[in-house]
Amino acid sequence: MTGYMYPNEIELQWGLLIVLYPYITGLVAGAFILASLERVFNVREVQPTYRLALLTALAFLLVAPLPLLAHLGHPERSFEIFLTPNVRSAMAMFGFVYAWYLMVVLLLEIWFDYRHDLITWTAGESGFMRFVHRVMTLGATDVSPRALRFDNAAGRIITIIGIPSAFLLHGYVGFIFGSVKANPWWSSVLIPVVFLFSAIVSGIAAVLLIYVISGVIRRKPVDELCMGKLASFLFYALTVDFSLEMLDFIHRLYTAEESIKILSALVTSRLFISLVVLQLLLGTVIPLITLALTSPAFERRAIVKVPAAMRRRIFVVAAMLVEVGIFCTRWNIVIGGQLFSKSLRGLTVYKLQMYGLEGLWVSIGLVLLPLAILLVLIRLLPPWTDAGPPAHRAPGTGAVVTF
Amino acid sequence: MPQQVTRLLVMFLLFGVALVVARHFLVPATFGQIGHYRAAAIPQIAARPVRYAGREACADCHSDEVEAHDRGRHQFVGCETCHGPAAAHVENPTEVKPRVPREREFCPRCHGYDPSRPTGFPQIEPASHNPGQSCVTCHAPHAPVPPSGAPSSCAACHGEIARTKAASRHAAVPCTRCHEVPDQHRETPRTSPATKPATREFCGECHAKTAGEASGVRRPASGVRTSDTGLRTPDIAIPKIDMSQHGQRFLCQQCHYPHSPEVR
Amino acid sequence: MDDEGLDRREFLQRCGAAAAIAWVVRVATTEAEQRGDYKAADHLYGMAIDPAKCIGCARCMEACRAENDVEAGAVRTWVERYVLTTDGQTIVQAIDEKHQTKAPVDEHKILRTFFVPKLCNHCANAPCVQVCPVGATFTTPDGVVLVDKDYCIGCRYCIQACPYGARYLDTRTRTADKCTFCYHRITRGLVPACVEVCPSGARIFGELKDRNSPLARYMRFSKLQVLKPHLNTEPHVYYANLDGEVR
Repeated sequence: MTGYMYPNEIELQWGLLIVLYPYITGLVAGAFILASLERVFNVREVQPTYRLALLTALAFLLVAPLPLLAHLGHPERSFEIFLTPNVRSAMAMFGFVYAWYLMVVLLLEIWFDYRHDLITWTAGESGFMRFVHRVMTLGATDVSPRALRFDNAAGRIITIIGIPSAFLLHGYVGFIFGSVKANPWWSSVLIPVVFLFSAIVSGIAAVLLIYVISGVIRRKPVDELCMGKLASFLFYALTVDFSLEMLDFIHRLYTAEESIKILSALVTSRLFISLVVLQLLLGTVIPLITLALTSPAFERRAIVKVPAAMRRRIFVVAAMLVEVGIFCTRWNIVIGGQLFSKSLRGLTVYKLQMYGLEGLWVSIGLVLLPLAILLVLIRLLPPWTDAGPPAHRAPGTGAVVTF
Repeated sequence: MPQQVTRLLVMFLLFGVALVVARHFLVPATFGQIGHYRAAAIPQIAARPVRYAGREACADCHSDEVEAHDRGRHQFVGCETCHGPAAAHVENPTEVKPRVPREREFCPRCHGYDPSRPTGFPQIEPASHNPGQSCVTCHAPHAPVPPSGAPSSCAACHGEIARTKAASRHAAVPCTRCHEVPDQHRETPRTSPATKPATREFCGECHAKTAGEASGVRRPASGVRTSDTGLRTPDIAIPKIDMSQHGQRFLCQQCHYPHSPEVR
Repeated sequence: MDDEGLDRREFLQRCGAAAAIAWVVRVATTEAEQRGDYKAADHLYGMAIDPAKCIGCARCMEACRAENDVEAGAVRTWVERYVLTTDGQTIVQAIDEKHQTKAPVDEHKILRTFFVPKLCNHCANAPCVQVCPVGATFTTPDGVVLVDKDYCIGCRYCIQACPYGARYLDTRTRTADKCTFCYHRITRGLVPACVEVCPSGARIFGELKDRNSPLARYMRFSKLQVLKPHLNTEPHVYYANLDGEVR
């Protein structure tokens, strides 16, 4: 500890688990918004990733409450948030936003998209898988053209509702921090927006990586156009995200309020590696440059000619750097906001443990768990055609994965 | 209605019913009675045990000590400040006794010299003030007075000023040279304050160019000056200024801190 | 000696009996006051602090810990020392309640120095109450902010929201905790433990609505400030002649 801290704030209260939480919900929101690009805005190129993006979102959304439960002093009382929520508390209201998003948006969207396939699959299966798929249909076995058109329309409407819901999901997490007037690092109008765009960035990058990895595992080639489009959207989102963060940074430096001295000391000492090196340089600037150089726009104008295999590798590396950068963004906000004193006179350190619920191993497990769940979901609800009987779909609707 | 919608509605209805039932059983009975909280928490918190009885409780048995205490310099210091929590003693006076701090380390917690303590608060330097002896040997703790009856020097209560002055160019100047101190000041300092110089000419008695040896400055023949505390100050001349040109509109102490008048 | 009036043992026994009776009567009346006769809506508590009187002895910290079983390593009230140096620096340190804390710089470098006691401000517009997701922390009708340790889920949002560093997590109950203004004492007509033991009268506790309490007199005659007024938390702890360097 250097300088002066109030005695009760020398030890940090929100640790790695609370860094994980916005990271995971960010991936959810980002993956869903990517899926909605195809469904609502008819971006055909990213069709191959539509269902994969939805399943990714679901896998991460199921894991999202776990770091919170691990962190609570009394997780067995966590249901109190739903029974007696304090409507003035952002955290309480977020419980409902989460529940709304899970049940009304994501699950319903997946259900409507898969319902026809589920019914088709149960016809040819037996045993456990048949039972599971039958339960998932909820007994709605009508596959008349009218019912299928309804599925499609409903899916579209839910996606349209889902876009602002996804914005709300992660913007709200930003508001949980941004509304804390006691903390000058968090208290900002821009935080919800920065959180949202960094969520979109991380979601797109995650789906890109998962798409490439699934191609490698299944030994199937990836769709070049799809990859290029994902990379383009990643680039656009990253540009907006970077601009917003720079705006916040410039505003703070220019207005130079009382907290500027301790926050400058924070950034140049405690957060130098995680913010300047990892978040800004490796996580934002380098991906921006590499994605710009390899973007389809540049390629058309033949500014830089990059062979296709190299492009793919560059996209993958850029996506990985982006994921590291977004994780560091969450770290810098959550941990960074507690490393300086509210007296604005001192800095402390975060002692990351290895073992225990708040330790590194549990957090690593919580990041890997959604991938394991995703494997199960892919098994139960295959997002690609050659894993099961071909999906029937009315033309011009929904997503059909073509490899 | 499409089959999908009916199925979904049934699911949501079941979920809603489960939520309502859960609410009924799981929300505490007193929640919301006064505000958005469990009203039963208030009496729970209010029923915590009391450990400090309060100084009024001591007077019932210890009236002699309390009488002496209430007339002395410690009259606003609570009994339990020194004797610790005594509610258990009030409940069981014969078997539970509060601490009686006679060890020397105890009193300096308040009276040991610390520059941040307010001026006028009696402080001593524990290392040099009767080292090794217990404070209560000379000072009755309930109504403490110095052994001689009153503070012997200004430094007893104005420690920070005395130390600052002792390290300054005015080290040889006794406090009483500039401050007229009524005798009553030692007993009731706030109602009988010492005076401060009110004219420029006062400082001019030593510092005016026209001031000479006959101005009443006590100077030992050897040229080495000592103050009333026996400290030696460097042998330098008293700075002289032209009183008609130097800061005419101000009193000297409006710019120069008299206890540490060095201009640097 | 046995024939000349009371001997010591008899005297003590009579004392003990008298005290026991007095204590029973007192407890009975204060408990009656607390139980049925105490009407929270008739009271509004506040505290004034005069940093100029604080001598930094930390008796308040010791008493609070003893009265409320405060966990080691956490503080419900503490004292800060401010040292403004002649070269324009401001150094702040927390006073150790066990040992005399030395001043951080040599005296000849000190321009101005003083102590400031701190505690939960029991804000009327408390950000901690606003952010609690379940209603485990609340403001009582008599103006005291309390934590319900049987309902708190330990999310620690309130600890983040407090601008004054007054809250901490009690690792024994795994819930948030903080100064309660010694609610169990003030509802029995006593003063908080820190006020009881302060030897210099730096803490003044009383009723904000009562025009005859020591607090009212203090509020009439002193220039009062609150900590971090720009956050509009409306604290009920007022500092007299607060130095501008205090955060």
